[in-house]
Amino acid sequence: MTRERLTRLGYALAPVLLTLVLACAILLLAGANPLQALGALFLGAFESGRKVADIAAAMVPLLLCAAGMLITFAAGLWNIGVEGQMIAGALMTTWVVRSIDVPAALLLPLTILAGMLGGALWGLLIGALRTYGRVNEIFAGLGLNYLGAALTNYLIFGPWKPPDGATMSGTEPFPKAAWMPTIGSTRASWLGILLAIVGIVVVYFLLRDSYWGLKLKAIGLNDRSAHRLGIDTRGNMLLAFAACGLLAGLAGSLRATAVYHRLIPSISGGIGYLSQLVVLLSGLRAQIVPLVVFFFSAVQVASPRLELRMSLDSSIGGVLQSAMVLFFLLVRGFRGRMQTAQEVVE
Amino acid sequence: MSENSLLLDTIRSVLAASAPLIFAGIGETLSERAGVINLSLDGSILLSAMAGFAVAYLSGSLTLGFGAAMLVGALVAWLIAYASIALRLDQVAVGFVLTLLCADLSSFVGQPFVRIPGPSVPHMPIPGLVDIPILGPILFDQDLVFYLSLLTVVGAWLWMNKTQAGLKLRAIGERPEAAFARGINVNRLRYLYAIVGGALVGFSGAAYSLSVKLGWSHRHTGGLGWIALAIVIFGGWSPFRVALGAYLFGLFKSLGSILQPAWPQVPTQVLQAAPFAMMIVVLVLVSGDPDRLLYYVPRRVRPLLRGILRGAPPAGLGQRFEQG
Repeated sequence: MTRERLTRLGYALAPVLLTLVLACAILLLAGANPLQALGALFLGAFESGRKVADIAAAMVPLLLCAAGMLITFAAGLWNIGVEGQMIAGALMTTWVVRSIDVPAALLLPLTILAGMLGGALWGLLIGALRTYGRVNEIFAGLGLNYLGAALTNYLIFGPWKPPDGATMSGTEPFPKAAWMPTIGSTRASWLGILLAIVGIVVVYFLLRDSYWGLKLKAIGLNDRSAHRLGIDTRGNMLLAFAACGLLAGLAGSLRATAVYHRLIPSISGGIGYLSQLVVLLSGLRAQIVPLVVFFFSAVQVASPRLELRMSLDSSIGGVLQSAMVLFFLLVRGFRGRMQTAQEVVE
Repeated sequence: MSENSLLLDTIRSVLAASAPLIFAGIGETLSERAGVINLSLDGSILLSAMAGFAVAYLSGSLTLGFGAAMLVGALVAWLIAYASIALRLDQVAVGFVLTLLCADLSSFVGQPFVRIPGPSVPHMPIPGLVDIPILGPILFDQDLVFYLSLLTVVGAWLWMNKTQAGLKLRAIGERPEAAFARGINVNRLRYLYAIVGGALVGFSGAAYSLSVKLGWSHRHTGGLGWIALAIVIFGGWSPFRVALGAYLFGLFKSLGSILQPAWPQVPTQVLQAAPFAMMIVVLVLVSGDPDRLLYYVPRRVRPLLRGILRGAPPAGLGQRFEQG
């Protein structure tokens, strides 16, 4: 019993240790002090209250995207287009702020709805390419990510360019009425945090308890037999893409209204790809996702500081995150192999 | 006369710029024909482009640079094959994670090499052949990387279609059980082709940083790997059609920079996305039902078009084979 528990602990810790070993090797290669750098990377985000609030702000979009990704993963779909869905949400939000004249009190709710709608439509587009165009969803989503980024650039340098000339810093700032209220002078917003929590909780129960969740899982396990059982695979796949897009669009919208207060060229900031890593590392379990999101966000907040303080490129944060997921997958595969070997012996 | 030479020059540069896509596309074709999807292309090309440039810069030897790049590509491909064959993991999941890991790794390790002048593959016109009208300036006024890309296409086609070994390659991708029953060691060959394909992908990275877009910068290859993956599908897993796809994309990409002066108000970032728009359109055309589309074209070109659009993935693509 105790031995079994030790083995389990070993398997859980192995990915972390392997990641640390790899990180140390890379940092030594770059001529940096690994202990100092790793310390700054893991703890740098906790040195002030302001930084902790930054973590909370970074968690919001990542949590929303990961929640959406859980839905499409349940249906066995590789939704690499989350970046594009975020962009679509941010674009719709910016359009609403610029073009629709409503009382100030209604503006923020309207931006949220617009973001959700934009993301959902973008998701549907990927879904339609997958179900009607028979294009693999990886390529459909990915191609649309690049097109979304190009569309953003076009708008920033074209129709939406600020009066004093277009730059890479984006459109002119939104009017104050379209700024998501934040906690004190930090970047974290109560409403954003609340929406993210609601998002992940809803997805958790949706996948665990609802009939729709069951149908999605049936499609994910074997879409042909699900179809024979009378499940509308096409419609449900489209719905899954739309639901994911809704959450990702909200994430993109909040990036514009709560963090940057404008539309910037890389409004999605790689969070869509990161959410894929989060979901893989959580083993597709919604209850683990917030924990992983917290860890990833802390690294995300600390790595630009590493660049300032130790002149190490901030991409080391991304190396650490993806290496952790890779080792997690490899160790899980290794464990499965050992177990089969043991069963054969017994 | 000068307009004529401008046209030839454009064609020549489109062909040269497409060489990395050819190596990556042929490498991925070999790997997928054997049944292994190497989804990591966008990352492994970046990492090998960086490694190729850095090693060539530090050692002063182009050969070492290309060797290092091939080693990187082969290692990444081996890891995917190992994870899938020995550890029974999902190839797509491991490939995707490696895409991100290699991309970030290239940014981090490559930081000291950003925008420094370094070695490049020398221009090498072939004496005699270069004087042939029209074909000479287009095909034989290039560098060694370009000539190798042509040889790779022809070589891969001959290997796949005219040799015993190529027959085995197609068998392990299409019908692994049948191949195994015939005494072929399916998984060993899958390792082999994944690694050879990965080395070609690595070569493509070095070809990019040492021959096409010289040097190294953050995210230097800009989505090249995803385009290469799409070209393999467009090419129906067949070398000559993959090459055709690579040249089409190369042409489309250059059209962007040629058209740029006509619309100065459109930022370059927008035109850079043009290949991705084409990627989606092309995939819709080849993935859907070709007959629906052929209905709209003149009868005479239908067989030709059907030949270009036809192509199904190997039946055993991405599937594990449990070898007793």
